[in-house]
Amino acid sequence: MQSARSGIIPYPIARQPWSMLIPLFMLVAFGAAVLYSAAGGSMTPYASSHLIRFGVFLVMASVIASLPRDFVRFMTYPAFIVVFLLLLAVEIIGQVNGGSQRWLDLGFMVLQPSELMKPVIVVTLAHYFSSLPVGMIATWRALVVPGVMIGLPVGLVLLQPDLGTSLAIVFGGGVVMLLAGLPMRWFVAAGLAGAAAAPLVFFFGLQDYQQRRVMTMFDPEADALGAGYHIAQSKIAIGSGGIFGKGFNNGSQSHLQYLPEPHTDFVFATMAEEWGLIGGLFVLAVFSIILRWGMNVARDSRDRFSNLLAAGMSATIFFYIAVNLLMVMGMAPVVGIPLPFMSHGGSSMMTNMICIGALMMVNRWNRNAPRGGLSG
Amino acid sequence: MKQLFRLNSGAKKRQKQRGSMVNASTLKHTFDRRAVVIGGLQYGVGVLLAVRMGYLAIAENEKYRLESESNRVNLTLIPPRRGWILDRDGAPLASNRADFRVDVIPERLSDPDAMLDQIGGLLGLEPNRIADLKTEVSQSRGFAPIEVASGLDYEQFAALSVRLPDLQGVVPQRGFSRFYPTASSVGHLIGYVGPANAEEYELDRNPILITPGHKIGKDALEKQFEQELRGVPGARRVEVTAGGRIVRDLETRDDIQGDPVRLTIDGPLQDYAARRIGLESGSVVVMDCQTGDLLCMASMPSFDPNSFSDGIGSVEYSMLREDARVPLRNKVLKGLYPPGSTVKPMHCMAFLKAGVQPSESITCGGGRRIGNRFFNCWSNHGRVDMAKAIYQSCDSYFYHFAQQIGFDKVAEMAKDLGLGQEFELPVTSQFYGTVPDPDWKFNKFGREWQSFDTVNASIGQGYYLTSPLQLAVMSARLATGNRLNPRLVLDGSSNDPVSYNFNADEIAYIRQAMSDVVNGPGTAGRGRLPFPDIKMAGKTGTAQVVSLSVSNGRTGPWKYRDHGLFTFFAPTENPRYAGAVVIEHGGGSGSAYPIARDVMTFMFDPQKGLDALKSLEQQWGGTAQERLEQRYAAYARERGATVTPPPRRDEDIFDRVEAEARVAAQQSEEIADEFVAPRPIANPSGTPPPDARPQTLVPGIQTPPSPPPSTPPSTPPPTMAPSPLSTAGAN
Repeated sequence: MQSARSGIIPYPIARQPWSMLIPLFMLVAFGAAVLYSAAGGSMTPYASSHLIRFGVFLVMASVIASLPRDFVRFMTYPAFIVVFLLLLAVEIIGQVNGGSQRWLDLGFMVLQPSELMKPVIVVTLAHYFSSLPVGMIATWRALVVPGVMIGLPVGLVLLQPDLGTSLAIVFGGGVVMLLAGLPMRWFVAAGLAGAAAAPLVFFFGLQDYQQRRVMTMFDPEADALGAGYHIAQSKIAIGSGGIFGKGFNNGSQSHLQYLPEPHTDFVFATMAEEWGLIGGLFVLAVFSIILRWGMNVARDSRDRFSNLLAAGMSATIFFYIAVNLLMVMGMAPVVGIPLPFMSHGGSSMMTNMICIGALMMVNRWNRNAPRGGLSG
Repeated sequence: MKQLFRLNSGAKKRQKQRGSMVNASTLKHTFDRRAVVIGGLQYGVGVLLAVRMGYLAIAENEKYRLESESNRVNLTLIPPRRGWILDRDGAPLASNRADFRVDVIPERLSDPDAMLDQIGGLLGLEPNRIADLKTEVSQSRGFAPIEVASGLDYEQFAALSVRLPDLQGVVPQRGFSRFYPTASSVGHLIGYVGPANAEEYELDRNPILITPGHKIGKDALEKQFEQELRGVPGARRVEVTAGGRIVRDLETRDDIQGDPVRLTIDGPLQDYAARRIGLESGSVVVMDCQTGDLLCMASMPSFDPNSFSDGIGSVEYSMLREDARVPLRNKVLKGLYPPGSTVKPMHCMAFLKAGVQPSESITCGGGRRIGNRFFNCWSNHGRVDMAKAIYQSCDSYFYHFAQQIGFDKVAEMAKDLGLGQEFELPVTSQFYGTVPDPDWKFNKFGREWQSFDTVNASIGQGYYLTSPLQLAVMSARLATGNRLNPRLVLDGSSNDPVSYNFNADEIAYIRQAMSDVVNGPGTAGRGRLPFPDIKMAGKTGTAQVVSLSVSNGRTGPWKYRDHGLFTFFAPTENPRYAGAVVIEHGGGSGSAYPIARDVMTFMFDPQKGLDALKSLEQQWGGTAQERLEQRYAAYARERGATVTPPPRRDEDIFDRVEAEARVAAQQSEEIADEFVAPRPIANPSGTPPPDARPQTLVPGIQTPPSPPPSTPPSTPPPTMAPSPLSTAGAN
């Protein structure tokens, strides 16, 4: 990153993390091409708004990237409380109106507070653990307070009900707790408890349609026209693409509407049908570059807050990617989680760009104060 | 260094977390270590995804490409044109005609009743047709298409086609429908076609069966030759969306028409015979004496296979159902009648084989004493030898010689000549009837054969039951002395019948006697052919169905009148054609042999035959088909809504008819338990009885028998006992 500095390119541009940004731009452009095809060969309604949103959120990410650390630390708890209140507001409005609701209509935009909660929980926990005295990392305070911080918003999101987002919040928070150095046996115990509770949750906690989705993951063909339809059609799209795909704009699964949600949750299947394994490997390669960069930023950070913040953000992006791709390839139940930077959808673009912005911010902090300096 | 740290860390755990050991540096190390693990996990997931995708896209590519194609491409079958059914000269008895048609697929209709009302309005369907359709749609299994209308004109078709986007589940198409040029004349012979029902689809899961517009053979030859006639469906491949909308045509393959089936039937003769039966209920069978070819198998009254193929309407069904003359029964194969005197020449052949000389004679004293009982003849014939016994149809002669040689031998001859037998024919079913003998009676009723059984059977009464086809075969076999087997399909096979090894003199003798029936002093004097050089030989028969006390056989309720029968062959010296005519309840053989005469006239000189028919049809009010249509119109006007709906499956219709045919065949059996006294007036005058037009009986409601006449219609001969069923003849 430092090596990008040269005499010709002005410093503000040269200092940007181009090794991550260029692959990201390529991925977004590729995503736009796929969305162009998913719209039947048209920039509207998906591809153009995809690019515009990316542009807008890239500006937002740059703004985030320029924030000073002290300001971020200062704003962390208030931000958490505000987002939590927004979640509460969503729930209350939903109750008043009758029926569940996930978003708030702010007039100029539709806001999903649960999306905001994903990066915010990461920052909040990073801040909490960085300010927790090191000696207390193995005590109840390291477990109970973050537990409540995660539990309260997750409870509200589950009420919506939105299993995918809940899991994303738990995952982001959990990764931060793991990296914060909490005793390993707590995680092992939690894992065992979770495994034991899974059947109970499955039979008593999940809705009917969610149970079916889990079941069809194990045998999608059994109910090819019912709950397994999505996965079966997605696998047909990916499998029929072969190595080189059917060619741009030639995907029959997406164009003839066999593939459900070809522009959001199943955008990867839409892509794989037309671009084949080659396209799929490109997407995976870009994601691994971005995630590797993110983890490197986390490791290169000089203080605990930055470590945990960057790693948590990477993990949040990773969670989106992994769950979405496992789902479209028939290895995870159908959970409504879009693919970062490719799926059409403002909320997920916003969340992921917040994560990217936060990573760029930590990256800037690292550059300004190289590793090995003062520990926070 | 790292190793050391791990040891440290382990020691730390064992020491129950000494706080001083945890400092910022160890936490940083923990972070680094765990970050590596998480990074590794992320790579692991990435590799897993890449491998999984490679597996789907390479190893399973073939499978998913096929599935994607089968998603994308929808195959629409085009019903094949059905093979024609031809007569022996290649003229079509069943062909196809191009038309516009409309089907509905019930499971795709959101509101079937409203949709049918709408279509009915567009096409101008009659209200009872719409009502039928609603019933049919509500009872259907859903996937099988139901024909709404066919034979539409282009305007109607276009009117429907432009509204198609709003008519989900309605399938208008250009296609072909089955056409039977001679309509009701070939109804029983050819059968008809209709959409496959659920059972047929279960049996043969061929997708063509549930393709809109495709029909399969439902009865008779159409059903028997289904596989030959069906052909190979064409196909239209189209690209469709998941919602079923057609995006574009990919390719179209034409259908291959089914193979034609060529029959031995002579189309014009079949039509002529059917029309000639006129107002009567009966059948005409004509066989070729050299090959066994069936030239004509007419059974009337009949149904119109054209309208059956469009779907059997409830009004039409009800009309055919309520007709006492059972238009749905193929009387050639499933009408069973006591053969009456028509078996007498064949019985004579049995006597000859048993060593009876033609010149041996008996005296008919208006009857004959057999054992210790006197049995009446229908007249007093005086001295009777074999020839006279045939042309005068003297019963006494047969009582005597059947008793003398034993009925076993006679029955053997009857079976040998085809009575009581089934023939190898491509028909859905044929009744084989009964040739009674002592064993048969004992097996069936557990009673011994009595002398009156011999007496009854010797003149073709009692338990004797034959179908018109069997009578025709018997006639042909007797006339030629060869074991002719009837055949119906002209498949090029040669038919080389085996000889019975009858003596040529014997055959000539019987031919001459049968010729005398028509051309000599016999019982069918008005049956002469209008040709100087061609003579027809034959034998009349009158089969009684109820005892003398119930009916005089010629007037009164139609159901109780005698059947009229006639077996024949022509020319006498060198028989070319043989056949049988059976008129149900015709009031005696006088109703039968004029038909045989005209049919044979037509055979040798069509114009002469047609002239005779034309004048008759003027009296009757049109051809058979015209009369059927008139009756239908009148019936529909009269009954309108209150009609019996047809059974849901077409098969039920004919199963029911067949069951009733079996019951009907038992009618004459009821009186067979006693001597069936011949009518004194059995010698027919040749004219049908004055009120020959039968009343229409509603089946199931038996008209009470008219009271028996207090005195017999004609004075019996002095020797005749007043009641033949009592201990006839003083002894």
